[in-house]
Amino acid sequence: MRVAISVPAQTPATRAKIANGGLLRVLLIGAAFLYLAFFLLLPLAVVFAQAFAKGAQAYFSAISDQETLSAVKLTFIAAGIAVPLNLLFGLASAWCITKFNFRGKNVLITLIDLPLAVSPVVSGLIFVLVFGLHGWFGKWLDAHNIQIIFAVPGIVLATAFVTVPFIARELIPFMQSQGTEEEEAAAVLGAGGWQIFFRVTLPNIKWSLLYGVILATSRAVGEFGAVSVVSGHIRGETTTLPLHAEILYNEYNFVAAFTAASLLTLLAVITLIVKKFVEWKTEHRNESAVLPEQA
Amino acid sequence: MSLGFAMAYLSFLVLIPLSSVIFKSSSMGWTHFWAAAIAPRVLASYRLTIGASLAAAAINSVSGLLVAWVLARYEFPGRRFVDAVVDLPFALPTAVAGIALTSLYVGNGWLGRFLQPHGIEVAFKPLGIVVALAFVGFPFVVRSVQPILQDLDKGFEEAAASLGANSWQTFYRVIFPSIFPALLTGTALAFARALGEYGSVIFIAGNMPMHTEITSLLIISKLEQYDYAGATAIATVMLVASFILLLSINLLQARIRRHQEAGV
Repeated sequence: MRVAISVPAQTPATRAKIANGGLLRVLLIGAAFLYLAFFLLLPLAVVFAQAFAKGAQAYFSAISDQETLSAVKLTFIAAGIAVPLNLLFGLASAWCITKFNFRGKNVLITLIDLPLAVSPVVSGLIFVLVFGLHGWFGKWLDAHNIQIIFAVPGIVLATAFVTVPFIARELIPFMQSQGTEEEEAAAVLGAGGWQIFFRVTLPNIKWSLLYGVILATSRAVGEFGAVSVVSGHIRGETTTLPLHAEILYNEYNFVAAFTAASLLTLLAVITLIVKKFVEWKTEHRNESAVLPEQA
Repeated sequence: MSLGFAMAYLSFLVLIPLSSVIFKSSSMGWTHFWAAAIAPRVLASYRLTIGASLAAAAINSVSGLLVAWVLARYEFPGRRFVDAVVDLPFALPTAVAGIALTSLYVGNGWLGRFLQPHGIEVAFKPLGIVVALAFVGFPFVVRSVQPILQDLDKGFEEAAASLGANSWQTFYRVIFPSIFPALLTGTALAFARALGEYGSVIFIAGNMPMHTEITSLLIISKLEQYDYAGATAIATVMLVASFILLLSINLLQARIRRHQEAGV
């Protein structure tokens, strides 16, 4: 029996229209490329152009400058303490949020996100208010000859503060999606807490853990506002690489400033590549994890 | 045990320091607090920061939608490269973005030398602040909208097209309503990020009080004059504003999730 259909059947022409959109498609892709080229890639290119404006020799002598080297060192010290601390914290908080039930779970999750809502400058200010000379512990610290603000410990604290959320935020949703079945199975088979963690949980979460570490490291190395407030800008002592670039730039020493910036840019590009690699790797793995269930 | 460690760590690193802002400003007394929080120079910085952040978020809502659309809908050579480049503003330290943008837009810069003769001044003007904020906020809209566009059921569009809708009607009537909440979320995130931004802005802004001085910078200059109370009062206003904003964004996201689950 034939039924009259009021909706016209799809012609090959409409299908093609939906599939590629013809001229519009070319225009939109072109516009996107133009925007990205002018808005994102040009700033990247200008960093290297300025750094090499006076030749490769000026570039390498700016890199091997004593103050630049000590800025690089301080940057790695700050990131090298802040990121492992937040790694431990991320693991501990994600572990108890996803594997146990307790009151105040949502409060804990909100607290972890808090540093993302705070402006970088305010993130620095709070440590001045606590540890600064006129702050809560200022008198006591001063009496015991401990300096935190305008010294390395303040920089480490500020860096740790701004990177608190990154690793935990990657782990929590991922571990939630994994559930607790494998851990329960391991417990039934007689594994202890640490054994379960190292043999079952850690291998499962390694990629999202790495992803979080990459994001946290990238932020820790590049942090500017928070570190700027607590640093005191003492050359060669309390300047991280971004602060060092700022000082040089404000002195109109553009080659040296952009040389420092080029190191940070290189790190950013590496971060993007590794990040894409991990994304590709996890997508890949998720697919292979889904397939057996479908079979 | 892990809970104890997590709570102790958070209290020491986040809660106690943050509460210091509240304690410091409550010890000031209301009159002093308000005098510091709404002084003319401070009010001018709020106006500039909010205005430039709104303008940057608006730019990002358009450019972000464009790039998200292209990435989600079209196959073309270099697609993966474009997808990776989108995150550049997240990965690039803000100070680097700041000095790079400044050197592009100053009078003799690569872009400035073409804009200046036409009377378009970017560096050291409010427009420069908008450019810097649009740079740092760019990925938010793309990353909010892109997954929604990818998951959108193409059946609706095909139905609309076979019912005789042209591609503009299909977009406006069918696609746009479904991605609107995500677009709004991404734009709000870009706005929130712009409000507190510091590093990328200070180099290009020129930092003239009352004219191109953003609120974050004002906090720094108060600190440099050892006016801790004044700095804290402004910081409290910023904190409250960004908490309210992020709370609304979270509510918005929760609504989107409910909506999606209901749709499935």
